[in-house]
Amino acid sequence: MQSTTELAYNSKIEGDVVVTRVDAALNWFRKNSLWPMPMGLACCAIELMATGASRFDIARFGSEVMRFSPRQSDVMIVAGTVTYKMALAVKRIYDQMAEPKWVIAMGACASTGGMYRSYAVLQGVDQILPVDIYVAGCPPRPEAVLDALIKLQSKITREPVVKKLEIAAHVGESRATKHAGITGVA
Amino acid sequence: MSTTDLAKELKAQFGELISEPAEFRGEVTVKVADAEQIAEVCAYAKTSLGFDYLVDISSVDNYGSDPRWTVVYELYGYGHRCHLRLKTDVGEEKSELPTVTTVWRGADWHEREIYDMMGIRFRGHSDLRRILMWDGYPYFPLRKDFPLAGKPSELPDVAFTRPAPQEGGPFVTIAGGKDAVAREPRVRIPETDSIELNARLERRHDDKEVHGHAYGPGPIEPKQ
Repeated sequence: MQSTTELAYNSKIEGDVVVTRVDAALNWFRKNSLWPMPMGLACCAIELMATGASRFDIARFGSEVMRFSPRQSDVMIVAGTVTYKMALAVKRIYDQMAEPKWVIAMGACASTGGMYRSYAVLQGVDQILPVDIYVAGCPPRPEAVLDALIKLQSKITREPVVKKLEIAAHVGESRATKHAGITGVA
Repeated sequence: MSTTDLAKELKAQFGELISEPAEFRGEVTVKVADAEQIAEVCAYAKTSLGFDYLVDISSVDNYGSDPRWTVVYELYGYGHRCHLRLKTDVGEEKSELPTVTTVWRGADWHEREIYDMMGIRFRGHSDLRRILMWDGYPYFPLRKDFPLAGKPSELPDVAFTRPAPQEGGPFVTIAGGKDAVAREPRVRIPETDSIELNARLERRHDDKEVHGHAYGPGPIEPKQ
């Protein structure tokens, strides 16, 4: 004899309402709609295209469109060799992305400079950008890229969104009070 | 018409300026004694000898010998389907020779690349500026005295460079080993290359005594 306890949401009882934490909700929205900004610089871009094509289908995981506009994308996938000539352009495009934003360094060249230990190649895009996930491979298989996306999703799940917003607000407040010349509690 | 005949025609036209054609493995090379006349030689080769396609221009840094630069022109003709190679020497103090863009338009970017990588200037080129590195990059990277790792440089808002960590050096094979296993790329110090080659052969000998074959642990054939 089993007694069932309904722990899940039951729309007949609760009506169309879900109760959750703000953090959990925001992270769930963000992680399941990570639109990539494909910084496809070299051969890894071909594998990124393969990941976006029908067989491996990155759209299943929420990356519905490869938005080539930094203003409309969430995660920059640096796929390929970052030369010193291109480095500042990559940085500029990263700066144009709106918060929240993440970076996946795809492949050996983006992670560490790859096989190119030379005068022309930036030894890892983490010299100029904060990278969240590194993917090894030359090029990584599309499954590896998808694995990186899934790892990024679990990283996003753990992000303390509201706490960060509070800290940012406090920083803003204290700056504002300093400007106004008011002493006191920030 | 064979390539050697075409080369001999070139020599007949220019006399002492052109060397005897040298042939190796089916490829004919001809040396042009004076780099200043390269444009005339190339113009004759294109108009009269039918070499209408400039395949490549490249340069060699003979670091340590004078003249320092050798510029190599690869020519081809669609009509007679022959390849020809022209070589000229340029001294380091001058580091300049006439452009052949007046003969073949395609020489444009080849000469820009040679300028970018080696610093050899081409007189008469309409737009001689860097093509791979950025304008304002202070070095010529493919010169033999420029390190593979690169040198630090900074051009605000354009680009920066830092030396790449080598972790023991460029992993290239050591020339002169008996076979590929001896020549395997490892950390390389050119001064001790021959000692290292001998050491590797000795290690293989030891492996053979211990394991029965020279390729390290693990039997390939079952030991009898």
